[in-house]
This record gives sequence, C-alpha cells and structure tokens, in this order.
Amino acid sequence: MDLIHAPFVPGVIQTTVDQVINWSRKSSLWYMLYGIACCSIEMMATGASRYDFDRFGLIYRGSPRQSDLMLVTGNVNLKMAKVLKQLYDQMAEPKWVIAVGSCAVSGGPFRGSYNMVDGVDQVVPVDVYLPGCPPRPEALLDAVLKLQRKIMRPQRQGVAS
Amino acid sequence: MNLEAFLTEVKSRFPGASFEQAGQDWVLRVPAAEWEAVAGYLAGHGPRFDYLSSLTAVDRGDRLELVLHLRALAAGERLTVKTDLNREQPEVASVTGIWKTANWHEREVYDLFGVVFRGHPKLRRILLAEDFEGHPLRKDYVDPRRRKVEGQA
Repeated sequence: MDLIHAPFVPGVIQTTVDQVINWSRKSSLWYMLYGIACCSIEMMATGASRYDFDRFGLIYRGSPRQSDLMLVTGNVNLKMAKVLKQLYDQMAEPKWVIAVGSCAVSGGPFRGSYNMVDGVDQVVPVDVYLPGCPPRPEALLDAVLKLQRKIMRPQRQGVAS
Repeated sequence: MNLEAFLTEVKSRFPGASFEQAGQDWVLRVPAAEWEAVAGYLAGHGPRFDYLSSLTAVDRGDRLELVLHLRALAAGERLTVKTDLNREQPEVASVTGIWKTANWHEREVYDLFGVVFRGHPKLRRILLAEDFEGHPLRKDYVDPRRRKVEGQA
C-alpha cells in the first residue's frame, strides 16, 4: 500500500490563500481613467479594441475609490502634483502605479523646468517605470504584465523578469 | 482711411505716442500712462480694432515691454501696440473693460512676469499654482529647486 493513498481529490486545486488573493488582484486590475498628457492617447489606444486591456482584466474606472492602478500618462507639473497625490490617496489599498512615458519616469524633455516634477516618483511610489515618448501600446501591455508578475510574487519585488 | 493716416491721427491726439512700420505690420508705441486711453480710442475709432489677438510681455533686461496685438475684423487691419514698463514696479491699467479677452491674457502676464494690471476684475495666477513664488519668465528668476552643477552659472 502506498504511503500516501490518493492524496488529491480529483478536480480540486490546492494552493495557498496568498496565491489566490494575489491571483485575483492581478486579474482584475481596474485602472483609473486619468490622463494628463499625450501618453494618455496611447493608454486610450491600449484600452480600445485593437489592443484590448480587457484581456488582462484591466477595466477603467471613473473614480479613484474603485481603482487599483494609476497610470501616470504624462508630464506632472507642480500644480497637478497636488491633485495627483490627492487622487492617489483616495485610492483604496492595495494600489499600484505605473509611470508611463519619459515625463512620468524622469521629467523627460521638461526635466529641470521651473514648474515640473522631475519624475512622478517624487510624489507617489512607482511600481513599474515604462520609458518611451510615447511608449507604444505593446510596451504598455508589457508593463502591465510585469506588474502582474510583481503582484504574484511580492517577495521578489524589484526583479524585472 | 488707411492705417497710417489713422495712426497719425492717434499721434496727434496722444502726443506721447509714436509709430513705425515693421515689415508689413504697424507698431504703435505709447507711454504706459496712456495705455488704456489709447486702447479705448483704437477700439472705438477709425478701423475699430475690435478683436484682441494677444496680450503678452517681453523682458528686455532693463524694462518690461508689454505687447498687444489687435485686429480690426471688418476693416481687415492689424496693429501691434507696445509700451515700456518699469521693471521694478511694473504696473499698468487693465484693458479688460475694452476687450473681455484681455482678462486671461493679463492674468497670464501677471502670473509669469508679475505685471500688475490696475482695475482687473480677478488678478490672480492662471497657469501656475497659487502658492508658486516668483514670476518665472523674468530673466532674473532663479529656480530654487534647480540643482547647482559645478562650473555652471
């Protein structure tokens, strides 16, 4: 007789609670409909039927209170930085941020300007940095996939792939 | 009545004014004290400059130059009006009573150059944040956040 007899019931998947929670979180990343510059056009293109954010469980929400993900799609000036921080604070935990495009990553061509924030990570914590001016929809999808991988393996944060 | 004749008439009415032709455009220079009076006259007489195309400023280093671009839609004329302001205390009368468009233009000039427009209905910053300090398009503006690089002025 085997030491362990029929250890698994057919049709039942065994996993940890953390895994299930992370899986459900990464599979329904609702992003806030918030565009502040030209990268938003790429975000709209990615959300539309050709690239289709929905495939990855990303659905836009009109309110920060219903959102899990903030896509910072553009240059953040000092006036907007306050609004952006307030919107971020209004989002419920857990929440993630993707800095989309050169401006949000580092200030881009506006770096050092008198009214600009040199990278949105000076205002809110950023999970994925996506360079490009603007990044193509494929790149934005890749950033989302990287974020999903990060959510599934929180212990390996900071590891790119 | 052509524009040159009208500008001669303006000059006779406002002795401090002068005009010249720059390319295809006519430039009228007036003293800051007569800014609003001349503007009112331009809007109501001759070709009737009824459209304010833009109002902006230039920092010339020793003075602030206020530049007004006007159009007379019916007559098809256009005119540039300029005046010099004291750089230390730039102040001039508002022309919002003549052209409503001037409202936001003057707020922008106030925001970026610090020109105070007397009689403006709501003179506060329009582009920058309310708590922004200084007027960044002035040549002597120093950005307090700017990193100092060795060997760079």
